[in-house]
Amino acid sequence: MALTRSALRLFSGRFTQACQVRGYADAPSMSLTFAAPSQVLYNNISVKQVDVPSFSGSFGILPAHVPTLAVLKPGVVTVFENDGSTKKFFVSSGTVTINEDSTVQLLAEEAVPVDTLDISAARELLAQSQSQLASASSDVAKAEAEISIEVSEALVKACE
Amino acid sequence: MFSRSAAIIPQCSQQVRGMATLKMISIRLKSVKNIQKITQSMKMVSAAKYTKAERELKLARPYGIGAQEFYKKAEVKDEEGEKGQLIIAVSSDRGLCGAVHSSIGRIVKNDIAANPNTKVVIVGDKVRNILQRLYAKNIAMVVTEVGRKPAVFGDAALIAQSIINSGIEFSKGKILFNAFRTVVSFRTTEMPLYSQNAVANASKLPVYDSLDSDVIQSYTEFSLASLLFYSMKENATSEQSSRMTAMDNASKNAGEMIDKLTMTFNRTRQAVITRELIEIISGAAALETKN
Repeated sequence: MALTRSALRLFSGRFTQACQVRGYADAPSMSLTFAAPSQVLYNNISVKQVDVPSFSGSFGILPAHVPTLAVLKPGVVTVFENDGSTKKFFVSSGTVTINEDSTVQLLAEEAVPVDTLDISAARELLAQSQSQLASASSDVAKAEAEISIEVSEALVKACE
Repeated sequence: MFSRSAAIIPQCSQQVRGMATLKMISIRLKSVKNIQKITQSMKMVSAAKYTKAERELKLARPYGIGAQEFYKKAEVKDEEGEKGQLIIAVSSDRGLCGAVHSSIGRIVKNDIAANPNTKVVIVGDKVRNILQRLYAKNIAMVVTEVGRKPAVFGDAALIAQSIINSGIEFSKGKILFNAFRTVVSFRTTEMPLYSQNAVANASKLPVYDSLDSDVIQSYTEFSLASLLFYSMKENATSEQSSRMTAMDNASKNAGEMIDKLTMTFNRTRQAVITRELIEIISGAAALETKN
């Protein structure tokens, strides 16, 4: 709590003003929009923390995180909601945007709850992509097979 | 026999005059009734497609709106430069949907007239037909086979990839599409599109931490696909609802024509009967007075 308040003082005056308006609330919250092209998981919902896997490393997003952009890697996104519950989703790729006013847009190409994943199907996919890589001839086919391996490895890891 | 053949000729000349022959009216009536059946079934099909499209749009809206947030929050502005303008015009291959395609075509024409250094990427055949005659030079790419099946993210990704691969450079960009408002109305809107340089020079970009050109490039590429997907979804819903309305109006008009034609048919039929009766009676009366 004290840490976030001192981090707040480092930011521009406008941001602290916004927080002063929300001073009566317990802590600055962040509004998460987590969506895929065909489904909405969170739409401007206030949450406590989001962990995202990105190409520049996995990191957790708390309210008042420094604004940044990142590209998602296949992996598990964990959302810690305000009531204490945790939800995990597997994402294939996408982008995450953290803005100055603590809004987070997590746009995933595909996102599924982790408990809907079937570990045997994931292992099968991994075996398939590895054989694809072995038989790949062109650079493009190799790259596609490598992407497939990366996703299936992440899938298997998420199921365990 | 002499009197009968004399009676036939005046009847022929009366039937040939104007469209008043029963045969012609009944042919026309049959064709208008067929048209009404076709337009009614097209309306049913569009209604079903519209329900599905609207459902998918509702799920895609947070995604699409989220994809635009960064550009608003980072206050990205169009690049200063003379590399020209890129317009992505989203429409489809199929017609009979009211003003959906023509409104987009009109705006693209105005834009090209105002700024000749414009390249257009056309999604869908209809707008291509509108622009082909005068502005064929400005068309950079045409995407066909659009509109038959609902768009998926893969389609938008494919289009985005082709745009990126073609190496089109631009300082200003926009996506033109029809945003869905209600079943009976849509609005032609434009979504701004920013080049990588524009993002790199954004006024609020330094606020964003640990960004390198790789991240910006991947981000703009993915966001192009996302914005395209969202605009395709909105356009599809507007198109289906507009087609539903257009076909409904066509059925109503056909119904009115059928009513009018049926009236004319009945009147003509009664006139023919009356004429025959008059001839018979006057023929009989002539014979009687002769006697």
